[in-house]
Amino acid sequence: MKLSKSYFADERDDDLVEVGQSRQRSDIRGHVTGKTAYFGDRTFPGLLHLKMVRSPHHHARIKRIDTSEAEKHPGVARIVTANDVPHNLYTILILIQVGPEDEHVLAVDKVRWKGEAVVAVLADTARAAEEAAAKVKVDYEVLDPVLSIEDALNPGAPIVNEHHGRNYYLYDSGECRKVRFGNVEEGFASADHILEETYQSGPIEHAPLETSGCIVAPEANGRFTCYTNTQAMFFTLDNASIILQMPGHKLHMVGGTVGGGFGGKVDVTIEPIAILAAKLTGRPVSFIYSREEEMQVSSPRAAEKLVIKDGVMNDGRIVARQVTAYIDAGAYSRHSPYGAQKSAAHFPGPYTIPNVSVDSYCVYTNRTPSSAMRGFGVTIGDFALEVQMDKLARKIGMDPLEFRFINAYRDGDMKAHRQLTEGAALIECMQEVSIIADWPVDERFMAMSSRTREN
Amino acid sequence: MAKVPVQFTLNGSERAEFVESGATLLTTLRDRMGDTSPKGGCHQGTCGACTVMVDGELRLSCLTLAETCEGADVRTTAGLANGEVLTPVQRAFEDAFAAQCGFCTPGMIMAATALLERNPKPDRAEVIEAISGNVCRCTGYEPIIRAVLSAARANSTSAA
Repeated sequence: MKLSKSYFADERDDDLVEVGQSRQRSDIRGHVTGKTAYFGDRTFPGLLHLKMVRSPHHHARIKRIDTSEAEKHPGVARIVTANDVPHNLYTILILIQVGPEDEHVLAVDKVRWKGEAVVAVLADTARAAEEAAAKVKVDYEVLDPVLSIEDALNPGAPIVNEHHGRNYYLYDSGECRKVRFGNVEEGFASADHILEETYQSGPIEHAPLETSGCIVAPEANGRFTCYTNTQAMFFTLDNASIILQMPGHKLHMVGGTVGGGFGGKVDVTIEPIAILAAKLTGRPVSFIYSREEEMQVSSPRAAEKLVIKDGVMNDGRIVARQVTAYIDAGAYSRHSPYGAQKSAAHFPGPYTIPNVSVDSYCVYTNRTPSSAMRGFGVTIGDFALEVQMDKLARKIGMDPLEFRFINAYRDGDMKAHRQLTEGAALIECMQEVSIIADWPVDERFMAMSSRTREN
Repeated sequence: MAKVPVQFTLNGSERAEFVESGATLLTTLRDRMGDTSPKGGCHQGTCGACTVMVDGELRLSCLTLAETCEGADVRTTAGLANGEVLTPVQRAFEDAFAAQCGFCTPGMIMAATALLERNPKPDRAEVIEAISGNVCRCTGYEPIIRAVLSAARANSTSAA
């Protein structure tokens, strides 16, 4: 691989020596000898195993919960229900004022997705906990589910989440996050061609090899030590503190090596209930997702539906881009209002387009709550935008790489969300790609620079 | 619940435990014998993170009952190194950056070790076949394949 150091040479010391060099990981010795300690490698005397009773329905009213048979099961130490949770309503990003609280730790009155936590069972062995969980009787009145973005936004659709009162997140900018730049209607009117396409994606599970989990040990000093593989230690600490109504200094969160995360371990679905269980029983508690739970219950990347409309000139300039994005949050917000907001800023892509209009909706459905995953809010958008770029190039009979040179953003360009472009280097990257991929472009593109514009 | 005795050799040491009837080799190694190098990624025999060797054969310890290992020779990644001296496979994994999160690594290393014991000079296709039962979700398969091939080369060089 060639490392070009010339581009930003005047902005930094040219001391990059690592790229292209083989280096050992600092933690590799533990990995190859099996000594690396993951949270689940700990054992505690008297450890209790937590098994969650989950909703078998997408959307249902809880009429009655009967735990009497489960309580009698040999080895059961405690059954935890919604009434045991001190503040049984939360949303992760309330820490940065992205409310309202919209999710229960254990379901109250209603379940809103298939897999929602209803009752927690604690027993001496994982097997006893599982057997007892099967004996918890929950009577449900099944409600009509909302299973797609289209259904959710239909007038008269059942309300998925009463804490929002509507099937989309209400931003301070209204029913969606909006970006307005120039005038897209004028742009479309002046365009030689219009292309409108719809792109859709399904949820994607991270599937880390180590499932999500934690082990909580009550300490003699009244604190609780929580060994966890969370990727978001302070989200977990602060949300646990709110949910448990327990000051932060009572909670000692211990992280460590995580056996794969990819964004799938930033939610707060495990630690608060496990800490509560340890408090209620006075015993150490292990709550580790089964593989089935990891695949079915942990948050996936959101499903998205993107409608992209572009106005393009015969000479290759994109003169208007309108995007309507729908991000399927599932039943609860978690990180999706942020993901939808991020998508809105991102949608013009790395291109300078004079007229842009973006509406990004965060939509609630009775599906598994979605959340963070590697570039969430952006990755699916990039797929759609680049497919759209190829389609646009074909429409006007232009080479797809040359088409991108024409529209590439350059230093000093104002982006649609009012951030000045700095340090773009997109032109230079594409020039290198043209050479490496043996995909020649016209010499005028090879003469371009991200730092200047040719008249 | 009645416990049953199990006795086998773990990485060269005689070990004996009373376990619940039906306990897996994985939980016995991890929870009773303190060897946490085999990992539980799925507990249903699909991910390979729990891979160990029993009497020289690769086994998924999550699907192996401890009782069936009576008198056997059980080997895990924790027992490969001789003090600070790593095996060629372990050294190759270090040098080739063949691990990211590390959770699949002990299982991968057992699969690679078993391969090289029965086939000291595998080709690329044979390496891929040998690790096909081990999932790596950080998707670092290429460095792992390179590491195993490099370990095979190191073996043949030192043997020569």
